[in-house]
Amino acid sequence: MADAALPTASRTARRSAPRGALMAKVFEGLCFAAATALLASLGGLVVSLIIGGWPALSKFGFGFLTTATWNPVTDVYGAAGPIVGTLVTAALALSISLPIAGGVAFFLTELCPAPLRRPIGTSVELLAGIPSIVYGMWGLFVFAPIFSKYVQLPLMTAARPGSLLEAMTSGIPNGSGILPASIILAIMILPFMAATLRELLLSVPPGVRESAYGLGATTAEVVLSVTLPYVRTGAIGAVMLGLGRALGETMAVTFIIGNSHNFPKSLFDSGSTIASTIANEFTEATSPIHTAALIALGLVLFLITFTVLGLARLMLRLQGSQS
Amino acid sequence: MLKHLGAAVGVALTLGVALTAHAAGSISGAGATFPQPVYSKWAEIYKAGTGTNLNYQAIGSGGGIKQITAGTVDFGATDKPLKPADLAASGLTMFPTVIGGVVPVMNLPGFKPGQLKMTGANLADIYRGVITKWNDPILTRANPGAPLPNLPITVVHRADGSGTTFLFTSYLSMKAAHWATEVGANDSVQWPVGVGGKGNDGVAAQVKQTPGAIGYVEYAYAKQNAMTYALMQNKSGAFVKPDAQNFAAAAAGAKWASAPGFYLLLLDQPGAEAWPITGATFILVHTKQADASKAKDVLSFFDWCYKNGDAAAGQLDFVPLPGAVKDLVRKSWSKVVGPDGKPVFR
Repeated sequence: MADAALPTASRTARRSAPRGALMAKVFEGLCFAAATALLASLGGLVVSLIIGGWPALSKFGFGFLTTATWNPVTDVYGAAGPIVGTLVTAALALSISLPIAGGVAFFLTELCPAPLRRPIGTSVELLAGIPSIVYGMWGLFVFAPIFSKYVQLPLMTAARPGSLLEAMTSGIPNGSGILPASIILAIMILPFMAATLRELLLSVPPGVRESAYGLGATTAEVVLSVTLPYVRTGAIGAVMLGLGRALGETMAVTFIIGNSHNFPKSLFDSGSTIASTIANEFTEATSPIHTAALIALGLVLFLITFTVLGLARLMLRLQGSQS
Repeated sequence: MLKHLGAAVGVALTLGVALTAHAAGSISGAGATFPQPVYSKWAEIYKAGTGTNLNYQAIGSGGGIKQITAGTVDFGATDKPLKPADLAASGLTMFPTVIGGVVPVMNLPGFKPGQLKMTGANLADIYRGVITKWNDPILTRANPGAPLPNLPITVVHRADGSGTTFLFTSYLSMKAAHWATEVGANDSVQWPVGVGGKGNDGVAAQVKQTPGAIGYVEYAYAKQNAMTYALMQNKSGAFVKPDAQNFAAAAAGAKWASAPGFYLLLLDQPGAEAWPITGATFILVHTKQADASKAKDVLSFFDWCYKNGDAAAGQLDFVPLPGAVKDLVRKSWSKVVGPDGKPVFR
């Protein structure tokens, strides 16, 4: 009641200051807790992967990374096949997907008639929401037969004996293998990259774009030499997100990659990825060393993803220092 | 007065808790995916009759073994039987519940189900990549008059670890020395050739989509999808077809009584009708139970299944155990004891 006697201005000042300070403290604390929780769980994950995978890593040593024998009967494990499969499918998927994602994003921001923008944009985002198992089943039951009939068989029959094409296309003509898995992966990572790229291009200030047009630049010139360089950092981030998903994708790949632990010898050969191997074998892995080998595979995948992200950062920094 | 009231309320509460605990008792199990349909069906009927809830997590045999060993579930389930020494080491008791069969299926244009005759040795040579064409002289000799095409054989196997693969590779190891030494038997192996499909449906899809493909699936799956299967030669030399009757014949001929811990693969059993790639699926419980009434609930459930579950199992294309085997299992339950050392199931 004593407060009521004070002038209004000093009353609010006296009250709001401590409340704001408290809010700030709480806010800072919450943000700090969120960040440390993330770091702690990341660290905990790495530590538990190392502990869980140690029996296999210490038994097979460096050979775990370089040999392609994966034999649960004799308990001898080498992860070279799945490692190569993971890298090859992710790289192929990215090289298929990136031009298309770029095209979608450029079309939506520069060329698309205004009434069509929202429907196309929304459908791209919808694609991103489809569960991966649906892509896997669609890949196996719909895509594989069509791919085998109209792509694989014609290529295989057209290949001259001894030619490079024959070596690249040898395999079982049933529409499953490294390339079909990469194509499914490409479709899966496409919406992520396209949606992020579109948002990035939209964030370019209209003035920048308009002055480029004002100088007489064509649409292609505006996109390639003005807006894209403007969002370069974010664009590489978007690509890395897509690549990260391609590296770790499990279910869809398992359905269509053919699941062989050997080195893939051609585009249509059966292969496996790290994630598909873990998904396939973890539930029924009864021997301790088999489980350890699968956990060690998880660690390898983690390291690969980490390296890829690190390389992307490095690339950005080098580019930044050049320009 | 107040004291008495408090005591009365206390007693009533304890009674109430005890009663609800008993009425809404629940059993938890985890393990093999293969018998999951029949365990769920049994659990549904059992719950309607007794109120006891059964929670079964089909996480795979490996997971089931790990969980029961760690004691996080009341029973584990596995397609791959544990050897008596392993059972003793983990303090577990094992018994079979239902029988299933593994069926070689193929995509051979123009062939009807059962038109192709196959022996174990030939099947092993196909899966080793030694026989690569359907018109290989070895296959044409075994199938006189059959129009075997000049088509490459595409081998399809399970990509995921599976009890089906364990039965299949165990059978190939029994019938072909080469297979036993080069590949061996396990729930996943290093396949010499072929593509891997995920699950029974993955294998079936690969077989259906590839002319000249051969794969292996669980019987229920082959039957429900009307897939082209092969007749297999059994131990007596006869070529038999995969059906419930012939799986039962394999189980009937088996010597369960002399198998310690029910460690028995029903592969290549004697009997003119026995299907050669047959196997039971198993339940694991701890031999020494900490909670006798819970253990009794578990065994009572399986006792009820043995008595009343055959029809439901049959509808799902699983084969019930022969009556004599059920009696043997019930007798074996006397080993399962509570903390007081007395059998929990009488």
